[in-house]
Amino acid sequence: MTARQRADRLTGLAFTAPALLALAALAVYPGLWVLWLSLQQRIPIFGIARFVGLEHYAFLAGDARFWNAVRVTLTFTVVSVALELALGVLVALALQRQQAGRRLALSLLLLAWALPSVVTAKLFEWLYHPSAGLVNVLLGGRALNWLGDPHLALPGLIAADVWRTMPFVALLCYARLLTIPPEVYEAARVDGAGRSATLRWITLPLLRSILLIALLFRTLDALRAFDLMFVLTGGGPAGTTETLTVYAYRSLFQTLQLGFGAAIGCVIFALVMLVAWAYLRALRPERAAA
Amino acid sequence: MTRRRRAWDLAVLLLLVLWATPYFWQVRTSFTPDRELLAAPRVVPSAPTLAHYQAVAERSVMPRALGNSVGVAALTTLLALVLGVPAAYAVARLPIPGKRLLLLLVIASTAFPQISTVSPLYLLLRALNLRDTWTALVMANTSFALPLLMWLLAGFIREIPVELEEAAFLDGAGRATVLRRVILPLVAPGVASAALLTFLAAWNEFLFAYTFTASEASRTVPVALALFPGVFEIPWGDIAAASILASLPPVVIVIALQRWLVHGLVAGALKD
Repeated sequence: MTARQRADRLTGLAFTAPALLALAALAVYPGLWVLWLSLQQRIPIFGIARFVGLEHYAFLAGDARFWNAVRVTLTFTVVSVALELALGVLVALALQRQQAGRRLALSLLLLAWALPSVVTAKLFEWLYHPSAGLVNVLLGGRALNWLGDPHLALPGLIAADVWRTMPFVALLCYARLLTIPPEVYEAARVDGAGRSATLRWITLPLLRSILLIALLFRTLDALRAFDLMFVLTGGGPAGTTETLTVYAYRSLFQTLQLGFGAAIGCVIFALVMLVAWAYLRALRPERAAA
Repeated sequence: MTRRRRAWDLAVLLLLVLWATPYFWQVRTSFTPDRELLAAPRVVPSAPTLAHYQAVAERSVMPRALGNSVGVAALTTLLALVLGVPAAYAVARLPIPGKRLLLLLVIASTAFPQISTVSPLYLLLRALNLRDTWTALVMANTSFALPLLMWLLAGFIREIPVELEEAAFLDGAGRATVLRRVILPLVAPGVASAALLTFLAAWNEFLFAYTFTASEASRTVPVALALFPGVFEIPWGDIAAASILASLPPVVIVIALQRWLVHGLVAGALKD
């Protein structure tokens, strides 16, 4: 080992140590602690803290509210992500052919994505107002109670989420489309490919890998989503929009059962890591082939 | 042909204006007098008013919350930069024992659900007597801001040719000097993008701020907005004005700093 290599090793340690310590204390430690917490009965206001093993998980297995939250979380995730990807691709294709006003277009597009989700919740709460909301007015003066009707609340919530996150998918696809050299399209035209054939055989296959990445990012975020439903519907009406995250929060800080809430948090943790792992596995052969 | 082009451009812009309608509608609401709010809506209020902004400025915790949000988001970004820039350089360029594990850790922690880490962080911050302080929020935000920033920056630094550093080494410069004199100027746009995304994430953060704050001493804008009080009925106009104020930094970023925002967003996804 040369002197420089030795010096580099030391520098590397010195450069990474502060960040590593911060990550260890603020991410890894809580990430492990939550597992330990989920094995305890912990109710701080009563000074209760005792080890209960897997009791919380055993309870969850037979808890109807938990399974309802699982169903809501999965429905929310699958439907919103599917709509975001489909609409995102369409918007990206529309933007690709645009010549003038691209900057303005991106500003309008990204606005919804950049807002705090609490603002989004407030925007939609007002749009869904039963008598004065814009949505009902545009529907011809109907008086639908979007956030109060058990059949409408989840679709209403999903619409707000799609509004917020479609721009992200559209931007990624649009950026990918810009990297396709015009010669590719020239060649296709020379070969006599029509517009739909070009789309089917050139554009969409080139979008495949970025769509997989967008799918990963969006699925992880949808599973973890909390702000929007917590502020917009609070999980109601009748639990029809209560996701796992909202159930966990209510257990943690409203009924103050830290151990039980941590167990739900661990389920979400496991779900997110499982999805991330599955995607990375699915992506790997693709990378190797590309 | 050009006419068809122009028609297409206009159609796309119109479509995106429609998509942004929920926001514009809130802008409209924020200028609409109370008596018109619950009546049949008109696109432009008959007598636009600043009353809602006045109410928010004078009789709500919003001004204080804006100050808290600016402080917390700026300090989060600063701390992430101080810790993240050298770490990102080391990850990109230096031999570190266990680098793969470190990278895996960084990626994994960007995927950690906040709802899972919120309860341990709550106990930790309570034990440190930090509840209801900026420090608590900056620390908690660092848990997602630092990995995000490190990940983005390491990618940007890898794009810089190593040869550019070699010349400096021949002149006898050390790694710290190279990072400051060679790398940082070259990667400045990347730093700007990463800092912008970090700031935005910290500005928008809700769960930690909602859990770790207890009073207006540290409540940030999203928390103040979520808890916006109504005495007898919901003050839709005031809420609209408050949400327009809460979205000012994101709006400025999307309009004036768009290039860096897009740069950071796309880089995070297109490269791996």
